[in-house]
Amino acid sequence: MIPEIGHFALWLAAAAALLQAVAPTVGLWRNDAGLQRLAVPAAVAQGLFTALAFAALTWAFVVSDFSVKLVAANSHSMKPDMYRFTGVWANHEGSLLLWVLVMALAGLAIAFTPATLGSRFRDRVLSVQGLVALGFFAFLLLASNPFERLSPAPTEGQGLNPLLQDPGLAFHPPLLYAGYVGLSVAFAFAVGGMLENRVGPAWARATRPWVLGAWALLTLGIALGSYWAYYELGWGGWWFWDPVENAALMPWLAATALLHSLVVVMKRDALRAWTLLLAVAAFSLSMMGTFIVRSGLLTSVHAFAVDPARGLFLVVLMALYIGGALTIYALAAGRVAEGRQFHLVSRESVLVANNLLISAILGVVFLGTLYPMALEAATGTQISVGPPYFNRTTLPLLLAMTALMAVGPFLGWKRSGTGHLAARLLPAGAAAAVFVLVAAWPFGVRGVGWLLGFGAAAWLGAASLSMLLRKGVTLAIAGMALAHLGVAISILGATASGALQREALVALRVGDAVELGPWRAELLDVRPVAGPNWTAIEAQLEVKREGHRGAVLKPQSRMFVAPAQETTESGRAGWRTGELYAVLGKPDGSGRWQVHLWVKPMVRLIWWGGLLMAFGGLLALGGKLRAFAPHKWRRQLARPAQGAA
Amino acid sequence: MRAAAIAFLLLLGGPAAAEPPPPPDVPLADPGLEAKARGVMAELRCLTCQNQSIADSNAGQAQAMRAEVRERIAAGEQPGDVRDFFVERYGDWVSFVPPARQDTALLWLAPLLFLGVGVALVWRRIRR
Repeated sequence: MIPEIGHFALWLAAAAALLQAVAPTVGLWRNDAGLQRLAVPAAVAQGLFTALAFAALTWAFVVSDFSVKLVAANSHSMKPDMYRFTGVWANHEGSLLLWVLVMALAGLAIAFTPATLGSRFRDRVLSVQGLVALGFFAFLLLASNPFERLSPAPTEGQGLNPLLQDPGLAFHPPLLYAGYVGLSVAFAFAVGGMLENRVGPAWARATRPWVLGAWALLTLGIALGSYWAYYELGWGGWWFWDPVENAALMPWLAATALLHSLVVVMKRDALRAWTLLLAVAAFSLSMMGTFIVRSGLLTSVHAFAVDPARGLFLVVLMALYIGGALTIYALAAGRVAEGRQFHLVSRESVLVANNLLISAILGVVFLGTLYPMALEAATGTQISVGPPYFNRTTLPLLLAMTALMAVGPFLGWKRSGTGHLAARLLPAGAAAAVFVLVAAWPFGVRGVGWLLGFGAAAWLGAASLSMLLRKGVTLAIAGMALAHLGVAISILGATASGALQREALVALRVGDAVELGPWRAELLDVRPVAGPNWTAIEAQLEVKREGHRGAVLKPQSRMFVAPAQETTESGRAGWRTGELYAVLGKPDGSGRWQVHLWVKPMVRLIWWGGLLMAFGGLLALGGKLRAFAPHKWRRQLARPAQGAA
Repeated sequence: MRAAAIAFLLLLGGPAAAEPPPPPDVPLADPGLEAKARGVMAELRCLTCQNQSIADSNAGQAQAMRAEVRERIAAGEQPGDVRDFFVERYGDWVSFVPPARQDTALLWLAPLLFLGVGVALVWRRIRR
């Protein structure tokens, strides 16, 4: 009964989305205030019914109702409670239901945050949002019904991919989806801005909080996904340039560019058309990301849901939205002038240069991800475009970007002098020199790429810190500086963990030890252990550094019961900001076990940097949201930091 | 004697033991050569997996390929030659480094192309 209620609620939510899309559009066209005003109640109805549908599916998973096909295919009664809950979105249908849920909640948020551009604009945005949501409701109801029943019901489910039975999964997809959907709001603001001819500084001010929020969530989602891949896949890597990773990276890159070009619209009323294009691109890439993951067109470690028919539905949906938005853009382009011009040496020109570099990285990732597929379709030739290509093409661009990121915030708008730059950037230059020398001499790092990485991290880090320590820092500036500092810290983590990594691949008997630089690892024991739905062989590997207390790493080789699948679980221990990381391999038949051991200095900085970026974004968002706060609070908040920029 | 006993047991094992386990990974004694071999492994694709390099894969075939890479590097082959050998045997798909050819020119020129177009567009906007 409850699944049927959920299914019914989903249809009602779709009807509400239809109403939300059509009523305000007709109302605005016919000047019918009554129809226009339906937008907000429709958004409320859509939110409530979608939440009800999601609750119904969650219930089916939590009580393991195997008469629901989706539950039978993806759950198992022995699965731990937490994964029964997170299993709701660890599959195609459920994740789409999560997508529309987040989208409906975003609609509610639009409806109830103060409409700074007026209720007419809010209703326009809601109608665009409703139209986008409608497509996804159609996809759910017509091509991927999550509430489909099975008769007769099986007595047991098929279980969830063991790789997905992990706390990381609880947060990774919802964060990414919340980010994608946040970008759908930016898309709706862009389309609304074009239709209402409101693109300008006020529009940019109203749009930017949504982009900031979406960007921060995407950053968290990607950082978490990278950390999850690092400890769960058990190869010691943290970024694989996998098509699905790229699919999440592309909207993030577009959102990053958008975040910066919106500032130019806000402050100087320039770059309007470019900003609109970025807003359309950011959401289009989000949809493409979902399409890439769900269609199975690209081979990837993430291809959990392979179904080309659904891919086709998504392609049509994407074509409609992107095509529609670009048509409106083409029609409105005459009205949306580029805005003002600017000088070569100015804050906005550096922002433009960074936009250019981000876009070039985005273009390269896009081309590299889709090229093999396009080439195969066109000529039948199969090639692989992997990490070597992406590293060689994007890292030089990233380096150039890092160099500029330190300079930009010290330049003035319009036309900037350069006399003060040398003094302002002195700490950054000194820090970069020190880092490069220290890496090259005591640590013996060779390789220009690694040294440039250390230099870039120090350069940007020191510049961002000195930005933070200046007088009169507003929340917006502090957020920006912290986000930039986060980038520097991530670069440091990536560089140091790569350049200074130590690795040993050895076959050990219990009692054997191996030396790894100043480290010594001893295999204490290998024994069977059992979990709720798996059994495993666990090694106990004591890793010590002279004069320090040792850590015992416990890498496992796990055999899951349902579905029957073998996984390796890495054994890890922290060491300062780095990690000791071990993977247990196979026995060689004569009592020795293969052990793969890494020492990765500063590797955790990669994700700490990601967290800091997201925090910076949220801090800047806090600066924006203060504008909505009642006067009494605002006066209190204004005291520590003078007025948000 | 013991070897004979094991051989006998293997025979008894019959079909169950028909597939001998692939040789475990033994790193090359020379760390310089081993590093070279690792470099090649990271750039070769595991053919039976989903988008993993043979360095990252637990699959049997990947392990056999790793052994082959080490053998060739130990015999004095250059990393490029080893990669070419695998490309010859399995096709371009096995290499994560796309080939530099006419049909991949766009791919390799992409960064310069995107930057060039962007700079040209921006240059017109800047007031001199």
